[in-house]
Amino acid sequence: MTPIVSIWPLAAILVSLLGALPIILSDRQPNLRESWTILIALAKLAIVAALLPGVLHGGSYVFTIAEVLPGVPIELRVDALGIIFALVASCLWLFTSIYSIGYMRSLDEHAQTRYFASFAVAISATIGVAFAGNLLTMYLFYEVLSLSTYPLVTHEQNAEARASGRKYLTYILGTSIGLALPAMLMTYAAAGTLDFTVGGILAGKASPELLALLLVLFLFGFAKAGLMPFHGWLPAAMVAPTPVSSFLHGVAVVKAGVFAIFRIIFHILGPETLQAANLGVVITTIASVTLLTASLVALTQDSMKRRLAYSTIGQLSYMVLGAGMLSATGMLGGVLHLAMHAFGKITLFFCAGAIYVASKKKYISQMDGLGRRMPITYFAFLLGSLSIIGMPPLGGFISKWNLLVGAIEGDQRLLIVVLLTSSLLNAAYFLPVVYRGFFAATTEGGEDGFKEAPLLCVVPLSLTALASLTMFFYPDMFIKLIRLALGAG
Amino acid sequence: MSATNLHLFVLVVPLLSAFAVNLLGRSSKQWIAPLVLGSLAFSVIGSLVTLARVVEHGTLRYTVGNWQPPFGIELVVDPLSALMMVLISVVAFLASFSSLKSVEQELPGREPFFFTLYLILIAGLFGLVLTGDAFNLYVLLEITSITTYGLIAMGRGRAALSSFNYIIMGSIGACFYLLGIGYIYILTGTLNMADIARILPTLNAPVATATAIAFVLVGLWIKMAFFPLHSWLPNAYSQAPTGAGTMVAPLMTKVTVYLMVRVILTMYTPALVFTHEWITNGAVWAAALAIVCGSVLALGQKDLRRMLTYIIIAEVGYMVGGIFLANANGLTGSILHIVNDALMTLCLFLVVAAIIYRQGTVSLVSLQGIFHRMPFTMAAFTLGAFAMIGVPPTCGFFSKWYLILGGIDGGHWEFVIALVFSSLVNAVLFFRVIELAFFGSLADGQHHEHTPSERHEAPWWMLKPLVLTAALLIVIGLSTGPLVNNVIRLMIPIGF
Repeated sequence: MTPIVSIWPLAAILVSLLGALPIILSDRQPNLRESWTILIALAKLAIVAALLPGVLHGGSYVFTIAEVLPGVPIELRVDALGIIFALVASCLWLFTSIYSIGYMRSLDEHAQTRYFASFAVAISATIGVAFAGNLLTMYLFYEVLSLSTYPLVTHEQNAEARASGRKYLTYILGTSIGLALPAMLMTYAAAGTLDFTVGGILAGKASPELLALLLVLFLFGFAKAGLMPFHGWLPAAMVAPTPVSSFLHGVAVVKAGVFAIFRIIFHILGPETLQAANLGVVITTIASVTLLTASLVALTQDSMKRRLAYSTIGQLSYMVLGAGMLSATGMLGGVLHLAMHAFGKITLFFCAGAIYVASKKKYISQMDGLGRRMPITYFAFLLGSLSIIGMPPLGGFISKWNLLVGAIEGDQRLLIVVLLTSSLLNAAYFLPVVYRGFFAATTEGGEDGFKEAPLLCVVPLSLTALASLTMFFYPDMFIKLIRLALGAG
Repeated sequence: MSATNLHLFVLVVPLLSAFAVNLLGRSSKQWIAPLVLGSLAFSVIGSLVTLARVVEHGTLRYTVGNWQPPFGIELVVDPLSALMMVLISVVAFLASFSSLKSVEQELPGREPFFFTLYLILIAGLFGLVLTGDAFNLYVLLEITSITTYGLIAMGRGRAALSSFNYIIMGSIGACFYLLGIGYIYILTGTLNMADIARILPTLNAPVATATAIAFVLVGLWIKMAFFPLHSWLPNAYSQAPTGAGTMVAPLMTKVTVYLMVRVILTMYTPALVFTHEWITNGAVWAAALAIVCGSVLALGQKDLRRMLTYIIIAEVGYMVGGIFLANANGLTGSILHIVNDALMTLCLFLVVAAIIYRQGTVSLVSLQGIFHRMPFTMAAFTLGAFAMIGVPPTCGFFSKWYLILGGIDGGHWEFVIALVFSSLVNAVLFFRVIELAFFGSLADGQHHEHTPSERHEAPWWMLKPLVLTAALLIVIGLSTGPLVNNVIRLMIPIGF
């Protein structure tokens, strides 16, 4: 099907980029400012949803912004893989916007205008990454995303925030300029194009050695995916306000990294080309090591958000691992996990934030018995963690099931062991939190009675938890989109 | 004035208004701003029209006084010189707003002298890109240099000493260039560039030709502060009056790089310069070294303006290296980078001028928390910084793209690594400043924002050109495609 030229992909990006202006202008009227945020979030979701039916029928939408380099325009193209990410991001941004208002107001945070404006730019860049039609455009939005999140990570403006901001930029900018940019130029020099094409653009144009070099440069160059040893920025970035951690470091930023790696594997290097050069094992090895190490480290973390951060690092590697299996089922599981994990992890972060708002507690060891006071939050936490562990009837089961089937089909026994071990570890670092919350004796303070976070916090986290549940029963749309993206109709 | 020699008037109008500024400006200061801005606005329009005509009709030639070359003086406007005219006029025009303001503050009572030199310098720069005569080029190079010495010497403190250093180095450079031209004159009996290009390949004197070009190149390298001949630049540029720095820093080195391109492409053919592999390889290695050393030296600076001067030295390495890669991508990258780097440097020096206007210093310590005091200025700074780092879609990314691609094409991995390294160092350099500006001093309280220092933005007169320049960084970045296809590609010699 020939692509349809359409302004809507650009509109999806611009609506929040330009939306930053009214947010800044209504600095002095918080209610108006937050209305803008919600309005923009709704508009964005509506635009993305409107593009969905066409893509489901196998179509795509393109829009060329500028012809900048020979054969490489700045171009948007909405295809199946892109719309999965855009849909997840714009949907969760709506929830995050509502949650942000509750969270930021309850804590009476400073510089809220800067916060909401930066957030609007960041989501624009995220949609830009999703809708980029070629590697250059994706790199452009990837960098904009890195830079626009800096003021969010350093929001607190204290010494810790400064150190974390520094670490964040060093890892993210350092790898994208130092590794991904040269790799992109080498790809261009070899292939003469950077368009995302099903099956890749390097088939027959690069020696196995060059392919291996490019693969490694890209895998580590998109450090937002948190592959070890370039994962250190993610725990450090937890110094940001919780809505930032939940949306950006649970969904948008980290998944932009994984999404970039998907694009590289599926549409630049090409699964068949990688298979022929026998490079799948490079990806799966790096991912497996990250997966197990991160899960083990997560066990030792007492700070709630840091535990979630290490859990995220591990789960991101699941996605990369699936893509690295280079088999249809494995890749399906990997991409599916991007969506499933997003809903699960954002629920967990929302819960961590709600607990902080309601009781100012950051450490798991302080949270004994808290579940009895905050039953809704804790129940949502349970659902979120079950999804990430991969238990039915939650969304995470479907993606992990496909990953496992992919490993069995490919007869990769070591990977089966890795996947099962990791699921056990996931259970080991999440379930005790729930158990202690509901059943452990309250240690300090001894307050009892019902005390949930404000409604604007509790409603979004309940909805995302329910969404995790729903996605177990209705994953068909995502599966269809992924099949389309992988060129299997 | 007829439309055919409009490009001549682009040069003449600033020159004449230089004298008018000197005469009328002494009686009343009110004359200065209209004269400076009016003449430069004319140049902007005139050079834009010229560029459009050259792109449409091809190269324009004009013989001064109707003396035919090789005896008369010839002005040649090809796409590259037309592009340079637009660049010079736009940069000078935007910089002059800020210069008017800061000269009023820093050099009260001396405005007529300052702006006389300022306009002569701009006229000289126009002359440099217009002339088709190798000896005229020397004369004009000296005119621009001498006016620059004068402008720099007007600064405070040790500016006179720095200017003197610059004079010594600049004069040595000029001598080298003149010697080279002497050789060429002896060899060919002509000073007209097109003539030289015609005659040189027919001579069978490889050693003499090589010696001549070596003298010319070394002379130009000294003038453009190509590492390790750079030592005069940081002091000269950082101690110059702020108003001079905003115009001299973006233009002087870039126009000298243009001269090198002109000498290599038009006077000597690329075939004559690039035949010796050890010369091209040596120059690319030197460029890589310039990039790395310039970047590392910038890391050691404690003053924003000094830091920028070392970045200029690194950027000169970008452009020289790109040319000596001797392939189409490298050359395209170099020419594109002349434009981009001029605009980026202008943006950052305008920021420096605005900050100095408000607080008198740009030492890094004094920049703490300046995001609050001057939010728009710092927003423009951030954009300029992104361009220097090479974040798309700012223009800095696209010239770097061509340069790195040229390096890959030519197999010069040392140059590729140096470029990537310099991008990373630039990221460190600029984020160090942004961090200071954003966080303020952490010692006096956790949340700086709760006790905001008073907002004290630069005057509109300085801010508007700055914001425009910052916007240009993105506009030019997004129009890289048309710029390369319609203008720069015309200059790439066939066979590259």
